[in-house]
Amino acid sequence: MSEAREFKYIGQRTIRPDGYDKVTGRANYGADLSLPGMIWGKILRSPHAHANIKNIDLSKAQAHPDVLAIATYQDFPHVQSEAFQAGEVPTDIIDLARNVLADDKVLYHGHAIAAIAARSESAAQDALSLIEVEYEVLPPVMDVADAMKPEAAVLHNNMFTQGLAEPADKASNIASRMELKKGDVAAGFALADLVVERDFYTPTVHQGYIEPHATTVRFEENGQAMVWCSTQGHFDVRASTAKLLNMPLGKLKVVASEIGGGFGGKTTVYLEPVALILSRKSGKPVKMVMTRDEVFRASGPGSATRSHVKIGAMKDGTITAMQASLCFEAGAFKGSPMGPGCMTVFTPYDVENMYIEGYDVVVNKPKVAAYRAPGAPQAEFAAEMVINEIASKLGIDPIELRLRNAAKEGTQTVYGPKLKRVGLVECLEAAKNSPQYQSALKANQGRGLAAGFWFNIGGLSSVTINMNPDGSGTILEGSPDIGGSRASMQMMAAEELGIPIDQLKPLVADTEHVAYNATTGGSRTTFATGMAVIEAAQDVVRQLKERAAAVWNITAEQVDWADGVAINTTGDDRLTVAEICKDAEKTGGQIAGTGNINARGAGPSFAVHLCDVEVDPDTGKVDVIRYTAIQDAGKAIHPSYVEGQYQGGAAQGIGWALNEEYIYNKDGIMENAGFLDYRIPLASDLPMIETVIIEIPNSFHPFGVRGVGETGIVPPLAAVATAVSEAIGVVMTDLPCSPPRVLAAIHGKS
Amino acid sequence: MSKTHVTTTINGDVTEFLCEPADTLLSVLRNELQLTGTKEGCGSGDCGACSVTVNGRLVCSCLVLGVEAQGAEIGTIEGIESAEKLHTIQEKFLEHAALQCGICTPGLIVSTKALLDENPDPTEEEARYYLAGNLCRCTGYDKIIRAVLDSAKVMRGAA
Repeated sequence: MSEAREFKYIGQRTIRPDGYDKVTGRANYGADLSLPGMIWGKILRSPHAHANIKNIDLSKAQAHPDVLAIATYQDFPHVQSEAFQAGEVPTDIIDLARNVLADDKVLYHGHAIAAIAARSESAAQDALSLIEVEYEVLPPVMDVADAMKPEAAVLHNNMFTQGLAEPADKASNIASRMELKKGDVAAGFALADLVVERDFYTPTVHQGYIEPHATTVRFEENGQAMVWCSTQGHFDVRASTAKLLNMPLGKLKVVASEIGGGFGGKTTVYLEPVALILSRKSGKPVKMVMTRDEVFRASGPGSATRSHVKIGAMKDGTITAMQASLCFEAGAFKGSPMGPGCMTVFTPYDVENMYIEGYDVVVNKPKVAAYRAPGAPQAEFAAEMVINEIASKLGIDPIELRLRNAAKEGTQTVYGPKLKRVGLVECLEAAKNSPQYQSALKANQGRGLAAGFWFNIGGLSSVTINMNPDGSGTILEGSPDIGGSRASMQMMAAEELGIPIDQLKPLVADTEHVAYNATTGGSRTTFATGMAVIEAAQDVVRQLKERAAAVWNITAEQVDWADGVAINTTGDDRLTVAEICKDAEKTGGQIAGTGNINARGAGPSFAVHLCDVEVDPDTGKVDVIRYTAIQDAGKAIHPSYVEGQYQGGAAQGIGWALNEEYIYNKDGIMENAGFLDYRIPLASDLPMIETVIIEIPNSFHPFGVRGVGETGIVPPLAAVATAVSEAIGVVMTDLPCSPPRVLAAIHGKS
Repeated sequence: MSKTHVTTTINGDVTEFLCEPADTLLSVLRNELQLTGTKEGCGSGDCGACSVTVNGRLVCSCLVLGVEAQGAEIGTIEGIESAEKLHTIQEKFLEHAALQCGICTPGLIVSTKALLDENPDPTEEEARYYLAGNLCRCTGYDKIIRAVLDSAKVMRGAA
C-alpha cells in the first residue's frame, strides 16, 4: 500500500447506511418475515442428556387435525459420512444431520428429535406432546476430564481417536489429538530459573446474541425453495441445507435477513433444513423461531476447557520454554476449536521452545459452534495467567516481561509461518503509557493485564457495483453485516471511485444476486469483502476511463483518474462519474464492475487489555471499575465501529470472566437457560471502556486493514481474572470469578 | 376458544384487533399488526428488546397480555419519529455508533425516551441503572450511554 496516500473518506465517522432502518424499527430480522398462508413449526426436544431412542410413535400426532406435517431424521435423504466445511468449524455432514434431527440417539438435553408444523405456533407447540418417544436412558458425560477417562460412557461407538501414534483399538470420547512443537522444551525448562505451572478451567458459555435463531421458508411446486434466515453466511446455509436435503444449489435461494448478533453462533444450520422438510410435506410456507430456552440448550455454545500450562523463565524475564495441554469440549459431536486453541495459545511470545498438545472431546452438551476467535480465549487465558504469575514472582512489570518476549516481525510461529509486521509491541507501549496504567489503586482493588492474538482470515468474496445513469451506484455484496460492515464497504468504494459516500448504496444480496461469499467470521469481512469492493470499484474506474477515452477519441491509457474525475492528458477535458454514466448508453452500455477474489494475507491483530476491579470481600462480588482495550486495526476504516468491536469484545470477555457459565444438574440438564440466570453484562455492570486504536498497516490490503472483530475477546479473561487475583491475593484459575467462587477463594486463603 | 376484540391506541392511532386470551401484547404487535420493530429476545422479560410504553409506563411487551391493551395508549418504536423526522435519540444513536447488530436498538430507544421523559438530566450511573433491563451483547454499552447522555443534553437545550 502507499504510505503517503491521503484518505478522503477512510477514517471518517460516517453515519452507517443501514442505521436508519435500525433506529426506526423498519429493519427486518430473522423472525420478521411472514408469508401468505404461512404455518408454524416447533421442535420436540430430548428430555434426557444421553439416551438411545428405542421408538418414535408419530401416529397420534399425525391423526391430529391441527398437524399439517411432521419431520424426523428419516426425512433426510440417505446422508453419508463426509468431511464438510460450512462456517467456521469443520464438521461431518452426518453429524450435522444428526444434530439437526437426532437419529437413534439423543446426545444432549434439548437435542432435536422431531418437528411439527401447524396453523399456529401454539398449536404446533401443543401437538408436540402427542409424539411418543421411548428412551433407554444412559449416563450423561458432562465434563471433558470425565469424558476422557477410559471408563467413561462412550457417546459414539464408532468414534476412534485420530492423531495418535498408534491407531486406537477402542471407541473413545476423544475425537482427536494434535501436537505442535518447536525447539526442545526439556532443554528450555532446564535453563529456567523459575517454572510456573497450573491447571485451568473455563466453563461452557454462550455467544448470547439477543436475536434467537429464526427462519421462514417456502418449498415450491417446481422444486425451487426459498429460505429467509438470520445467519452469518447464507451461502453456507445454502451449501449445508442443499447437502442435507440432496438439492442442487441452483434450486435453493437463501436470503440473509438482518442479523441480530451471531459472534460465530450463526455459522451453521439448525432450523432451516427442518423447516424445508415441513414446507415440502405441507405445501405451505413455514416459519420457525427458537425460544431463548432453545437457543441456550440446543444451539452451539463455546467450548468448556481444561488446560495445563507450564512456563519457564530466567531471572531477567527471558522465557525459555512454554508447554500446554489443552482439552476442549466439542459437545455432542466432534469438532471443537482445539486447533486454533493450540495455534494461538503462545503466539504473543517469541520463544524458542514450545510444546502444545490438544484434545477434541465429545460430551453430552450441545455441539459447540464458533464463538469469536474460537478456541483462543480459553487457551490464551491459561497462558496469560501463568505469564502474569511469572512477572509477579520475578518482580518484573507484566508489560516489561511481555516486551522482553513479544512476538514481532520474523517471529517463527509454532504452527507454521513467520509473522509479518505486527503491532503487539506498539499495543504494549500504549498500555504502559495509558492513563489507566499510571493511576493508583485503593484497598480491595486489583489490576490485570493480558495480551491476545487472533490470526484473522481472508477467503472468498464477490462484489458487484452497478452504476446508475446519474452516477450513483449500488454495491452488491454477500457478507451479512453483523456490526456495521456496510458502512466500511460504502467508504472504501467511495474512496476508490472518488464520489461522495451517499452516492453509494451497499446491499447484502441473496445467494442469487451475487456470487459465493464465505461466511462472515474470522474477522474477514472488512478485510476480504473490502478488498473485493475495492477491486470492483477499480473495475468501474477502468470502464469509466475507457468510456471517457471513447468520448474524447483517445486511448484509455491517455486518461487519468483523480477524485472521481476523468482527465484527458492530451488536452484540458474533464468528465465526472455522473457525466460518464449519463452518456453510458452512447459509449457501450451501462457500467458495472465486479471483484471476485480469494483474499490472501489477512493480517493478525494483537491486543492488550487493562482491567481494574474492586472486590467486595464480604460477598465476593467483583465490579470492573476501569478498563482499557488497545488493539492493532491495521487501518481503521470507520473508527467508531472499530472501537465498538474492541468494546464489545471486552464486554463479552468480562462476562465470560465474571459471571457466565452453563450450570448443569446431575442429570445433565442446564439449570440456567435464560438471561435472568445466565447473566450477560448489563449497562449497570460496566464502566466506560477506553480504547486505543493502533494502526500498523497490513501490507496485503490496499488500505492496510486487519480484521478487528475477534481479538478483543481474547485478553479479557486473563486481564479480569488477574485483577481479581491481585485484589484478593489468590490466583483464580477457574472461571467464572463469580461471587461464590471468589468468596470461596477468599475464605480458602485465611 | 373465541377470540377477544380489543380496541386500543397505538402510537396515537385507534387500532382494533382480535386475540387469544393467552396472546402477549408482543405477539399481537408483531404477528397481528405487523409492527415488527418491537423485537423478541427472550419472552421472559429479561432482555428488554420488546420494550414499549403502556399509558406512558415502560414495560416488556412479552409480559403484557394483548387483552390488557384494551383502552390503553401503547407507544412503540414505530411511533418515536414524527413527520418522517428522526427523534433526537435516534439521531444520537446513529451519530455515536451506539448500535452494531441493531436488534436491541428499538427497545433501547423506547427505554431511553422513557428515561428522559422522567429524568431529563440523568447522571451516567442513573442512565446505566435505568437501562439495565435492556441487554446489548454487541457494544459493551459505552457508545449507548454516550448517545443517551448526549440526547439528554440536546433535548434539554431544545426544550
